[in-house]
Parts: sequence; C-alpha cells; structure tokens
Amino acid sequence: MSLLELRDLSVTYAGDVPAVRGVSLGVAPGEVLGVAGESGCGKSTISNAVLRLLPKSARVGGSVLLDGEDVYEMSFGRLRAVRWATASIVFQGALHSLNAVQTIGRQIAEPILLHEPKTSRKAADLRVGELLEQVGLPARRAKDYPHQLSGGQRQRVMIALALACKPRLLIADEPTTALDVMVQAQVLQLLTGLVKDLGLALVLISHDLSVLGTTCDRVAVMYAGKVVEEGPASVVFDDSRHPYSGALAGAFPRVGDPRFRYAPAGLAGDPPYPGDLPPGCSFHPRCPVAFDRCVSEEVELLDLGAGRRAACLRAGEGS
Amino acid sequence: MSALAARGVQVRFGAARAVDGVDLEIGSGEIVALVGESGCGKSSLARALLGLVRPSQGTVDCDDRPLDYRRLKEFRRHVQLVLQDPSGSLNPRHTVYEAVAEGLRIHKVPGDERELVAAALSKAGLRPPERFFLRYPHELSGGQLQRVVIAGALVLEPDVLVADEPVSSLDASVRGEILALLLRLRTELGLSLLVVTHDLGLAWNIADRVAVMYLGRIVETGDTAEVLTAPRHPYTKALLSVVPEIARQEPIVLKGETPDPSRIPAGCRFRPRCPAYAAGLPADLADRCEKETLPVLPADRGHHAACVLP
Repeated sequence: MSLLELRDLSVTYAGDVPAVRGVSLGVAPGEVLGVAGESGCGKSTISNAVLRLLPKSARVGGSVLLDGEDVYEMSFGRLRAVRWATASIVFQGALHSLNAVQTIGRQIAEPILLHEPKTSRKAADLRVGELLEQVGLPARRAKDYPHQLSGGQRQRVMIALALACKPRLLIADEPTTALDVMVQAQVLQLLTGLVKDLGLALVLISHDLSVLGTTCDRVAVMYAGKVVEEGPASVVFDDSRHPYSGALAGAFPRVGDPRFRYAPAGLAGDPPYPGDLPPGCSFHPRCPVAFDRCVSEEVELLDLGAGRRAACLRAGEGS
Repeated sequence: MSALAARGVQVRFGAARAVDGVDLEIGSGEIVALVGESGCGKSSLARALLGLVRPSQGTVDCDDRPLDYRRLKEFRRHVQLVLQDPSGSLNPRHTVYEAVAEGLRIHKVPGDERELVAAALSKAGLRPPERFFLRYPHELSGGQLQRVVIAGALVLEPDVLVADEPVSSLDASVRGEILALLLRLRTELGLSLLVVTHDLGLAWNIADRVAVMYLGRIVETGDTAEVLTAPRHPYTKALLSVVPEIARQEPIVLKGETPDPSRIPAGCRFRPRCPAYAAGLPADLADRCEKETLPVLPADRGHHAACVLP
C-alpha cells in the first residue's frame, strides 16, 4: 500500500494562479519516486502541499493521504505530530538554511526534544551522534558550526535532521543541485542506502532527469502543473512517450554518445507562466511534433500499459 | 597560434596554492572545457586568464604576447567574461539596453551605440533586438537573461570568451539552447571559448578539448572525445563514472572532497583518494606514486595524463 498518495491534487495560489492541476501519484515504503520538471512546473508546491506548508491564500483541491489519513482533515495537533515523525522534507536550498550560530548537534536535537519531550538531553545527544553516523559523518562533528562544514557535509546534516524523528517518508527537494558531481554521487548513494536500510519511502524532486533516471524506481515528469509522463525510471529516460520528457532527457547528454557530440539538445521557448497557460495541451507552443488537435484539446494521462502513463495525443505512436 | 594561454601559472592565496603550475592554451576558434570540482582551482585559473588576479608565477599570454598588466583595459576588449548566474550579474535597475551599452561606454567605442547594441543582442539570439531594449531583468526568463549577459560580452567584439558555468543555473530545456548559441558564435564569429564547468556532459556537447583539473594542476588533457571515452587518469575515470547518464557502469564514488590546497600531499596529489592506489599497486609503482612529483602537463593538443600508471 502507498505510504503517500496524492489524489487529484490541485493547488491554486492567490490571483488565480494554478500551480498544480490535478496530480495523482503514490509512493510505497522502500520505493523511490522521482518528480522531474523545470522551475515553475509545480514540483516544489507538491512537496509543500504534502505537509500543509502552503500559504493560507492557496486553495487546495483533491486529497493528500499519508498512511491512508487525509492530511487536510487532520487537527493541528495531529498534523504537528505527523510532521517530522511520519514525513519530513529536505528543502531546496537547504544548504543555507542551517542556523549559523548554533552547533549542528543542537539543531538536530531540537525536533527530537520537541517531539519527544521526555527525552533526556543525554539521550538526545546520543541519538544525534547515531544520526550523524547514519549519514556518514563522525559523531564528534555535532559540536561543529555550519561554516565548518563543506556543502556536501551540510547536505548530509540536513538529511540527518530530516531523519531525526524517524519518519517513514522523506521528501528531498533538489537535494544535490548545488553540489559537485562527486559529492552528488555521495549524497545520492546515501539517500538510496537509507531507503534500503530503513525501508523509507523517498520522493526525490529534481530538474535533472538523468539523476532521477539512475536513482529512482518510478519517475513522474511535470509540466505546467500536470504530470505529463509517469513510469518506471529507466524507460521514461530511455524511451520517453511525451516529447517534453524526451527533451528533458536529451538536455543532459550521454557522454560518449556520438549523437550528442557538438549537438546540444534544447527546447526553444520558455516554460509558460502558470497564471497564463496556453489553451489545449500546455506544452504545444514548444512541442516539436504538435499538430492542430493539440491546440484545442486538453489531454489527460493515458494508460499505456506496463505501468506507464503519458499525456500526449501521440503517446500511442511510440516504438 | 593561441588566442589565450597560461604558461606555468601559479596563483597563491597565502599558503594555498589554488593554481599550482598550469600550462593551458586556447587556440584561435577553439572551445576548451576546463573541468573539475569546487576548490580544484579552475575558477582561479580562469580569473588569472582574465587578468583579474596576477599569477604569483608564470605568465598569461594573449595572442602569443605576455599580458601587460598596465594595459588591462585594452586586454579586456579581447577577452570577455560570461558569468554563471545571469540574474546575479545584471543590475536589476538597468534596462537590457543599458546593460549591453555599458561596455561600449566604458571603452568609448566609436560608432552608433543603438546599432551596436542591437547587433550584439541579435548575435546572442534576442530578436528582434529593439523589443528587448527597454526590458528590465525581472521581466525576462533565465535563458533570455543569459543571452543578455552574452550580448554584453559580444558588444565589444572580443576574440575570446571565458564562460564560468554558463548553464548551471538554467532550466534543463533552456540549457541546450544556450550551448547551441556558444557553438554558433564559434562558427559564425570565430570566437575562442574557455568554458569552466564541473559538467562533463557540457564538455561532450561543445568542447574540442578538455582539461581536467585536480588540486591546482591539470591531471589530464586532450581531445574531448579521446579523454571522455578513453580516460587515462584515475580521477577522470571516477568523475566520468558518476555522471548519472553513464552510471550504467559501476560508479567509482571517491571518499571525501578535494583536499585543502594549502596542504598539497607529496608525490602524486591525487594519491590519498586514488582508487587505483588504494586497491594496491606493485611496489615499484606505489613507490613512484608516493615520491615522484609529476611534471606539469604540456599545453599541446595531445592526450596527456599526469599518472604513473600505464
């Protein structure tokens, strides 16, 4: 059974700006779900919607089920308990969100002491040490301040922090974006290791389809607030059925593949502003294979079998 | 002939040898990618090549003549910089026109300013240029902003562009468009280009040659296709193995991060993290790794690696 299930989730920001438009996704324990897309496609809005962290002015439709329980029907007390302890988020730009004047040990201990008030200081410190070791840092680093750590180490601290109250669902929003390739590989290895060892459900949000393709079990590609393609990670990357996922996959060339040599692949134009979406398929103005029906018909996700779905009138034509 | 070259360049910050002896040439009309992780010294080397820091040893040559630090202004017309984050490198209160015209005014370039600005904008792919004149940065998308930054560099008609991570802050779908623009500038204007990046995919996309930097030195250099398909240095091999697209091979994830450039290990500087050394080498080779200081790689076009392994 899915630990997290989004049912037809929609989020509309103030001023009638639809950021997320009917997204249904699920992730089970021990599974890694990737959400891919560019800035403004609604992927970060989804992560905030899961724990009800959206601004008050945002209207939310559909439902978010966490372990079968609707997050939007929880009392505030229940919600507080669920945050951190059932699901936690490693936010985008987390590298800069550590408190500069507190040791990292104290910052990791804070949610533990808040959620389990009976915990003694000593037990909390012990747990902090375990958490740091779990993310590959020596326990003594608890005494360090954020500026004493490198970017990769700070990202590890953010992951330790998210794990502090033993959540079963972890949402990581662009966890490796500001990191070097080698450090990125280390962090991804750490995250997938945690999924395996702790049976976590992991939602990995990234603009880099190649990262998702190699780390996730399933991938959902978002464009303009909708999922345009979903399926097993490797096939979405290698044999995409939606032209947008194809373009995203091509944007990160395969080193060694002569097709990409001196041939950077991109898409003309920019993603649409969510408050001013084109009619029909919102991708049609940038789509290389659009035809007349795309301009007028809104396309829903079509089931393509083998666990694959794509929202394109030409999805059935593929190989 | 080389458009821009580093000869034995060393850049020191106190005890740290950020760049520790580098020979690198960017030929006329050539695209060279300088690849490495944060802290490897690639940005310091780029800054030295731009005349922004003076090397503590070695020289920077422009058109085969050593750079004259009393004539930097003249040099800057030949070599222009494109920065990483376009929204950070443009003044939010300047219009696109002002941003692009600024260089012309500083260098007192003769001619019709409007025409020159329009020409630069259209070379950078912002067409029709007049439509962008009065726009402010916040009204443009990331890709358009990066084109404005490139237009600002092109307006002075330089021979060489140095681009520091030109696409890393851009959306995936826009990235290819900007890279295609850089390639086009080379074919249409004969520009030489040094791209500083940690992204090997980018190098594969546009670079003729690639130089891999580690802890202040170039550890492998050569034709992009050769270095990236048949890497010789264990560091290059590891970097390639963690590029997600080719992770079908077992990734060689190195432990730790680039060490402190003020404490460069003796012998081969990569040895403490080298998977080949850690796996055990014959005694004579291991001995050479520990003791031998490897020579600086030559700047020619051949494939070279600073490693004692065959």
